[in-house]
Amino acid sequence: MKRFIGFVKKEFHHIFRDPRTMLILFGMPIAQILIFGYVVSNEINDVKIGVYDKSKDNITKEITNKITASGFFILSDNLNSDKEIEDAFKKGIIREVIVFEQNFAKKLEREGSASIQIIADASDANTANIVANYTESIINNYMREELWAEGLPYQINPEVRMLYNDELKGVYMFVPGTMALILMLVSAMMTSISIAREKEMGTMEVLLVSPLKPLPIVIGKVIPYMVLSFINAIVIIALSYFVFKMPIQGNFIFLLAETLLFIFMALSLGILISTASNSQMVAMFISMFALMLPTMLLSGFIFPIENMPKLLQWISAVMPAKYFITIVKNIMIKGSGIEIIWKETVIIVGMTLFFLMMSVKKFKVRLE
Amino acid sequence: MNENAENIIEVKDLVKKFGNFVANDHLTFEVKKGEIFGFLGANGAGKTTAIKILSGLSYPTSGDVNIAGYDVYKEREKVKKNIGYMSQRFSLYEDLTVRENIRFYGGIYGLSNKYIKEKTESLLDRLKMREIQNLLISSLPLGWKQKIAFSVAIFHDPKIVFLDEPTGGVDPITRRDFWEMIYEASHEGITVFVTTHYMDEAEYCDRVSIMDRGKIEGLDTPGALKDQFKAQNMDEVFLKIAR
Amino acid sequence: MKKLIKVKKIKYILQKEFTQIFRNRTMLPMIFGVPIIQLVILVHAATLEMKSIDMYIIDKDLSTMSHKLISKFAGSPFYNINGASFSLNEALETIEKNKTDVIIQIPYGFERDLIRENETNVQLLIDGINGTAASLINAYSSSVISDFNRNIIVDLTQMPSLKNLEPINVETMYWYNQELNYKIYMLPGILVILVTLISMFLTAMNIVREKEIGTIEQLNVTPIKKFEFIVGKLVPFMIIALFELAFGLAIGKIFFHIPIVGSLWLLFGFTIVYLLVVLGIGLFISTISSTQQQVMFIAFFFMLVFILMSGIFTATESMPLWAQKVNIINPFYYFMRVIRMILLKGSGFWDISYEFFSLLIYGTIMLSLAVWRYRKVS
Repeated sequence: MKRFIGFVKKEFHHIFRDPRTMLILFGMPIAQILIFGYVVSNEINDVKIGVYDKSKDNITKEITNKITASGFFILSDNLNSDKEIEDAFKKGIIREVIVFEQNFAKKLEREGSASIQIIADASDANTANIVANYTESIINNYMREELWAEGLPYQINPEVRMLYNDELKGVYMFVPGTMALILMLVSAMMTSISIAREKEMGTMEVLLVSPLKPLPIVIGKVIPYMVLSFINAIVIIALSYFVFKMPIQGNFIFLLAETLLFIFMALSLGILISTASNSQMVAMFISMFALMLPTMLLSGFIFPIENMPKLLQWISAVMPAKYFITIVKNIMIKGSGIEIIWKETVIIVGMTLFFLMMSVKKFKVRLE
Repeated sequence: MNENAENIIEVKDLVKKFGNFVANDHLTFEVKKGEIFGFLGANGAGKTTAIKILSGLSYPTSGDVNIAGYDVYKEREKVKKNIGYMSQRFSLYEDLTVRENIRFYGGIYGLSNKYIKEKTESLLDRLKMREIQNLLISSLPLGWKQKIAFSVAIFHDPKIVFLDEPTGGVDPITRRDFWEMIYEASHEGITVFVTTHYMDEAEYCDRVSIMDRGKIEGLDTPGALKDQFKAQNMDEVFLKIAR
Repeated sequence: MKKLIKVKKIKYILQKEFTQIFRNRTMLPMIFGVPIIQLVILVHAATLEMKSIDMYIIDKDLSTMSHKLISKFAGSPFYNINGASFSLNEALETIEKNKTDVIIQIPYGFERDLIRENETNVQLLIDGINGTAASLINAYSSSVISDFNRNIIVDLTQMPSLKNLEPINVETMYWYNQELNYKIYMLPGILVILVTLISMFLTAMNIVREKEIGTIEQLNVTPIKKFEFIVGKLVPFMIIALFELAFGLAIGKIFFHIPIVGSLWLLFGFTIVYLLVVLGIGLFISTISSTQQQVMFIAFFFMLVFILMSGIFTATESMPLWAQKVNIINPFYYFMRVIRMILLKGSGFWDISYEFFSLLIYGTIMLSLAVWRYRKVS
């Protein structure tokens, strides 16, 4: 036992001695949460647009003013021909051009209708869509206010309520996502790399012939990362609670227990990866391309899973992060107990056992 | 050995400190052209630190080092053309073949293609390694790797070769073979500067210096040292100094 | 006798690097196979189009009008009606279980109020946790309702057409990607990430690996110049990265039909400048690290931050000012813009000259830093 504790201490020592490791362990979750909280959002403001006003009358000016006064847009170019629109888009500064047809006000008055063209630069399709929608709704509002001052008849007013997150803050989704990502990173990737490193340097053989049995060696390697992952998880939860005012509706202890379970899962996955790779470089590439990117993109925290093609939905079904994200958001935001999320919990337990069994099998094969 | 041969290595008051720890404490010695100079000491006595400074891999804290007529501080790149170096980790690329390693290092020294080719052929014959020339280094036994590493280190015909514990981890017979190669190189006029902690190897050297805790405690031919310390063999000399 | 770089020495380094890369059975698939699979998969994943919204219905009115409204939703390919009852609690429970995205509640008196009071309400309760999805669901559902509303108005007032209702006719056009096909715009973005990750990690890990196994020491006692060494390390990975890009573009063209409007020469020329920055950063990281693990940690940290801020799926000009300042040193930011500009819009050299020269300066700085930090002597 004493030997074992000494071994664990050595592992901790390795981690703490290197500021770079500390950077990734603690800088990363903090940086990521802050970026998700403050930087990555689908809201737009200060988007630069151009106006091609062929009419230049009072109404077109009024509409232009409405659009620029909204705060979403900055009028950066006044264009005078179709050619100029294309040139402006190619420079990549403006994202949208609003074109008023000739004699806009006159037509509106005499014929009762006039048209506006919104041309959005859809080389960034996502932003183009948002930008065009915002513009359209500003124009529609103008139309209602000015032209239907007495009010439209027969109005159906949708009353929209956003449950759990009435301001639609991005962090609500990003906190569970970041937790999954960071725990995967620290637990699975770091363990796999650190074990692969021992193999590469030949020190693993030294350990294996030492009086320590293989199991304690692996456990010893894994414990520090488990502790660090757990601290990380708590840092993330604290940040989201104190900085972003995200609620913790459910049972805190239950949340921690589920987190611990996920960490176990990630660690056993890390061990499995390390049995399959014989150099740090390989372990890193497997971790990066088989874990990080899929965890980011297939677990549903940036892009909703339901929108993906069927095949990808099946792949996402084997992403442990997907279940963990559901668990975290249910406990933290919806306040659910085990009766709601038992299925997800069972799946993660199952995955953990599977990874452990696979690595034991691989490990044995190698020893023989 | 010609007593009047010129000095090819001159070291004066060489000091290297790591923080408060003094790894080399005012080392002063000369090595004569064509000599096999042994640099002895226990692990941690400061041998590797000194050899790294002499071969231009590390800056001294103070002191003068002159190698093949060039100042190690000021004419580092000229020094490098004239030396070869083999570390205890004998740095061959494990994932390259024997031939590829030789060609690579030859190329780095700017030797001509034709010269590299010819010399590689004669080297392979001399080492009797023609059959294994296309095997990866990783598949070879340790002793062979050391021989190849040594051949690579003197491939560009340097004036001096620095060997840092070149024979670690192999059996006495392989070590003997290795020393045959050192003698051969010496006959061709290459000065050999070798660190070791095997005392029997000290007997093969023309002169040896014995280091302890950063200082040179004895420097002479093996015979003279044995007389000086009234010892039967180098082992005893060493033990007396270390005590 | 200061001579220029000796091309021949560099040739030997190149030869050695390529032999090592192509000899490694595990790295080759990692470099070429895995990223391409990733590209194909991730391009499909990265979409914000809502294809199936799970809706729960509470219709307390049970009128002709409410039936009509519900059948509007049921008839839409985007909606999937997954339950109906009169109990709000039952409905909310399905939201807690993540089975429902939105509840529509039509109150008692919906039709009556519309006819008599000229105004009526309908409630949408949306699971707001995923803010992005929630606002899209809101937009979709609201537009279904307002479409429905317009038809009702036209029916009830017997107006001749919608024209009178909406005198300003807004027509939206999406240039360069009419159908707002996400793949066309995500593929170049993901390709940028893959090319960058591969080339940066390979470079950074490569030199540190030589440090770890000790061969770097052997190189340092040779008369090779720092600059020759750095160039010898740079070129192989640049070639690999360019291949990777070409490969990815070919896949994009063949399988996803991404348009290539601009000049490929310009794109590859720009990529070379971009790679100077990326590889410069990689080399710099490797000169300040002593183990592969450290390299990975540093690189991972910066890469993740840079990717998230690159504008791959959000507008960079809408970010807070400090984030925009950070983006000045974010290589992804420049390339993300430029690859889309060249491929999709056909921008020319003068359109991207700002990015080009910025990266050229950036690359020169990073490479000089790497050469300066690379120590032959400790």
